[in-house]
Amino acid sequence: METEDDLCHNNWGSSSSKSREPGSSDGGNHTFAGFASQQKWEDASILDYEMGVEPTLQVFDEMKASGQANVDFLQGVRAQAWDPRTMLSNLSFMEQKIHQLQDLVHLLVGRGGQVQGRQDELAAQQQQLITTDLTSIIIQLISTAGSLLPSVKHNMSTVPGPYTGQPGSAVFPYAREANNVASQSQNNNNCGAQEFDLPKPVVVDERESHVVEEHEMKDEDDAEEGENLPPGSYEILQLEKEEILAPHTHFCTICGKGFKRDANLRMHMRGHGDEYKTAAALAKPNKESVPGSEPMLIKRYSCPFLGCKRNKEHKKFQPLKTILCVKNHYKRTHCDKSFTCSRCHTKKFSVIADLKTHEKHCGKNKWLCSCGTTFSRKDKLFGHIALFQGHTPAIPLEETKTSASTSAQRGSSEGGNNNQGMVGFNLGSASNANQETAQPGMTDGKISFEEPFSPMNFDTCNFGGFHEFPRLMFDDSESSFQMLIANACGFSPRNVGESVSDTSL
Amino acid sequence: MKKVKQIRVSKPFDLLSEELVFIILDLISPTSSDLKSFSLTCKWFYQLESKHRRSLKPLRSDYLPRILTRYRYTTDLDLTFCPRVTDYALSVVGCLCGPTLLSLDLSRSGSFSAAGLLRLAVKCVNLVEIDLSNATEMRDADAAVVAEARSLERLKLGRCKMLTDMGIGCIAVGCKKLNMVSLKWCVGVGDLGVGLLAVKCKDIRSLDLSYLPITGKCLHDILKLQHLEELLLEGCFGVDDDSLKSLRHDCKSLKKLDASSCQNLTHKGLTSLLSGAACLQRLDLAHCSSVISLDFASSLKKVSALQSIGLDGCSVTPDGLKAIGTLCNSLKEVSLSKCVSVTDEGLSSLVMKLKDLRKLDITCCRKLSGVSITQIANSCPLLVSLKMESCSLVSREAFWLIGQKCRLLEELDLTDNEIDDEGLKSISGCLSLSSLKLGICLNITDKGLSYIGMGCSNLRELDLYRSVGITDVGISTIAQGCIHLETINISYCQDITDKSLVSLSKCSLLQTFESRGCPNITSQGLAAIAVRCKRLAKVDLKKCPSINDSGLLALAHFSQNLKQINVSDTAVTEVGLLSLANIGCLQNIAVVISSGLSPSGVAAALLGCGGLRKAKLHASLRSLLPLSLIHHLEARGCAFLWKDNTLQAELDPKYWKQQLEEIVP
Repeated sequence: METEDDLCHNNWGSSSSKSREPGSSDGGNHTFAGFASQQKWEDASILDYEMGVEPTLQVFDEMKASGQANVDFLQGVRAQAWDPRTMLSNLSFMEQKIHQLQDLVHLLVGRGGQVQGRQDELAAQQQQLITTDLTSIIIQLISTAGSLLPSVKHNMSTVPGPYTGQPGSAVFPYAREANNVASQSQNNNNCGAQEFDLPKPVVVDERESHVVEEHEMKDEDDAEEGENLPPGSYEILQLEKEEILAPHTHFCTICGKGFKRDANLRMHMRGHGDEYKTAAALAKPNKESVPGSEPMLIKRYSCPFLGCKRNKEHKKFQPLKTILCVKNHYKRTHCDKSFTCSRCHTKKFSVIADLKTHEKHCGKNKWLCSCGTTFSRKDKLFGHIALFQGHTPAIPLEETKTSASTSAQRGSSEGGNNNQGMVGFNLGSASNANQETAQPGMTDGKISFEEPFSPMNFDTCNFGGFHEFPRLMFDDSESSFQMLIANACGFSPRNVGESVSDTSL
Repeated sequence: MKKVKQIRVSKPFDLLSEELVFIILDLISPTSSDLKSFSLTCKWFYQLESKHRRSLKPLRSDYLPRILTRYRYTTDLDLTFCPRVTDYALSVVGCLCGPTLLSLDLSRSGSFSAAGLLRLAVKCVNLVEIDLSNATEMRDADAAVVAEARSLERLKLGRCKMLTDMGIGCIAVGCKKLNMVSLKWCVGVGDLGVGLLAVKCKDIRSLDLSYLPITGKCLHDILKLQHLEELLLEGCFGVDDDSLKSLRHDCKSLKKLDASSCQNLTHKGLTSLLSGAACLQRLDLAHCSSVISLDFASSLKKVSALQSIGLDGCSVTPDGLKAIGTLCNSLKEVSLSKCVSVTDEGLSSLVMKLKDLRKLDITCCRKLSGVSITQIANSCPLLVSLKMESCSLVSREAFWLIGQKCRLLEELDLTDNEIDDEGLKSISGCLSLSSLKLGICLNITDKGLSYIGMGCSNLRELDLYRSVGITDVGISTIAQGCIHLETINISYCQDITDKSLVSLSKCSLLQTFESRGCPNITSQGLAAIAVRCKRLAKVDLKKCPSINDSGLLALAHFSQNLKQINVSDTAVTEVGLLSLANIGCLQNIAVVISSGLSPSGVAAALLGCGGLRKAKLHASLRSLLPLSLIHHLEARGCAFLWKDNTLQAELDPKYWKQQLEEIVP
């Protein structure tokens, strides 16, 4: 399990091109990946088209027909598109194809990147087969499947668009969703990688969407407070889940590029000609544009998930205020939490902004109680300890280690000094005294000049027993600090102490 | 010694029960060498003495195994003389003392770590008190180990700067029985740690939070403690009016509150701080930022039973002092030192109301004149301590009245005053006077001092620093009359010769002897003191050019209790220094001599003095001594101070004082 986790994190943490590498999980096939990234350059234009309005609608229609609106889309993928036999056949197919691909890639490189025609499509198809398969396996295996989803994205980006008749779209019809997830994961990844993947304007857009999404979350938080509008006083809209999960809601009628905000679209439109630069075109449409027109009915939204409290069919229906609320609600409540925190590797989120908020604080201040509860704030920890009997603050592991190392250093530096003193300064009595301080074994002869006024001289007891004191034990501060840690973690301190005395005496 | 002899007379010791001997031993002062003589009498006495002794203060931690084996019943172990206490030493303590050990002082020791503390905490299950002050390396993990000592009641963690709330939290949870905690200078501990301490340790009686970055928040919890008697908040800048605004408490048990140097505390905050402390007896507001005015004094309404108030370094108004006198007329101690703005009017109106006043400190209240001193003498007949250094405007006549009216005086500081022989004659009537400081009193002579010598037979401390009118005659009358003298300072009294020292050697209890800048005293005089004053612990011979090695040889031979010596700018050579190695408990040594010392001799002397903690040497030696030696000594717990002052010619005393007055505005 651990290795799988690691795999996942690696993929997350590394560049997007790596995470897109399907071979990395089962043996590694770099040529394949190389081909993939190669291909992406070519597909930039296709990518844009893919976001166009018409194909989207087409896909929507397909999905509505399949009647899966309320099912988690990933499950949908598994259930509908994949039975083991096709998977197997695909795999074996690809096994063969990988070799072909290798040749192909070489060929492509030789051509200088001019790729067109059927071979490209074929490669895309194979890639898709492998990656989607991989995705579904990993989904089953680990809940952090999202980390591998970017591998889907790239392939999907090539599939719809002009070639809707290709088998790729049939295998994985949820182009929108895949794309959505992929773009989210892109957000999560480094921008540098994005720049590599996508043409410039798109990258800018992605960055904007970062900002927007962070705001969105706050918006929804406000909305979640709940308001008491009388039923019927507002218009209920319900978006389909595909619509909700679509990354963009506003699309350019000319080039098909998608935007999250209408304002951004209008800014974009300016690039298409002077007619869009007029004040009227740039102004907000609809809203109060016609003064004196009758006030619009308040819009409220319903969640498409049946049985959800936010669904209009629910008895205690609570509407959502805005589309943003709907989006975040749907992702948080009805989607897989596919974003894993790269610091703690345990917390998962479905909304990327949530992940970012978490990552900002994750691991920073872990205030730990002996009961194992962690707190992000120290005052919360102390409140907890004040409340519960027997709970005690647990000293972080690093600190015990550093203090151990410093004390060890201290000891060693002193030892070093002593040695230096003995070597550098050649007084016989001095070195004797030195040994005396370093090794308080009771060999009387050694206390050369201290002897005359040692008040205990007449005291001739035998201290043989003390030579059995394990002096080394203290030098080996590592082991003793382990016990401290054990202590801090709530083991019975008395027992620990007992064990110490047992071993040492 | 007498008792020992009596025992010897009744020959058969078999008839003497252990209990009886123990009772006898109880009466023998532990500080003298009598106990040692007793234990050397015979084996049985030796054993009895070992059984009887409860407290130990060893000079070296190396001796611990032997000492602790001999004294099996040690309950109090003070390791302040041991600069280096290793984990090994602590485990020796843990194993040999075990559950009998109740108190351990490690405040001056270093070199131990959490491992040693753990052994201690596990083995000494009954440990009640531990002093870990100055363990600047101590971290939270080490504090977590201290928390294992469940029966701990008194804990001192002064200057443990690395500690944070987490460590204190561990201690608060672990040591539930704590009743005295000192966190002075633990600058890493804040409201949360202290608050948790107050929540978890309900028995706390005394809490020292001086110089902590706490605010008023944690005081809400602290003042809920049912048994809290002492709360020290010195220098807590975070304690301000805002955070105390909502504070309402009913801490009837609080007896002492120290809010000195709390810069952000004004009378508003103080009012809420004192709101429930009806039984407060001692209040310290020294170096308070606000003026002690009528308004400020009104915050003391609730604490009318106050017995002691400290307003050192505050600016006070006459109205404020008068109001304090009216509100708290049972005050027994008032400290106004360095309150530059105190006037005769204010002080008079204060002391008029305070018939019960026992202690008054008006050090450096330079505006005061004889009027206030007369008022003090007339209205405070019970005065026990009066400190009035540098009240230069006070006329000589005023001192006559003090001697006549305040007959109970025990402590009198008249440093830098105009007192003359007549004044001393009057003061000699204070028969119980034990401490008298007459530094920089240029008007006094041997005649005046002879009155003191004849009258004040209980004198323990006498300071004659730069009182240049004093000669051997005066000192000899003191030595004759004040046989209990423990401390004497005759620095810069240039007329003093060996005769004084010979006469002072009659004071066999002498512990501290300072004679800086006395050109006429020689090694012979020093030898006389060394031979007869066995308790001599502190000797300052700086700038006595006639002191040479023979004096030190005598000291080294006879003064086995010497802890601190200054022989800077004397004729001492490495021979004398080397002989000092014979003194086992020597801790501080200052030998700033620019020439005539060979580096190897100094090195040998330093190595010889095994218990050395501080050595002040001439800077030129720094490069001459092997670096490795210095490192070695530092590892042994000795700190070095390098000085390169050149000897300055001694100024005329009158001129010296003039210069001093020019500096002081």
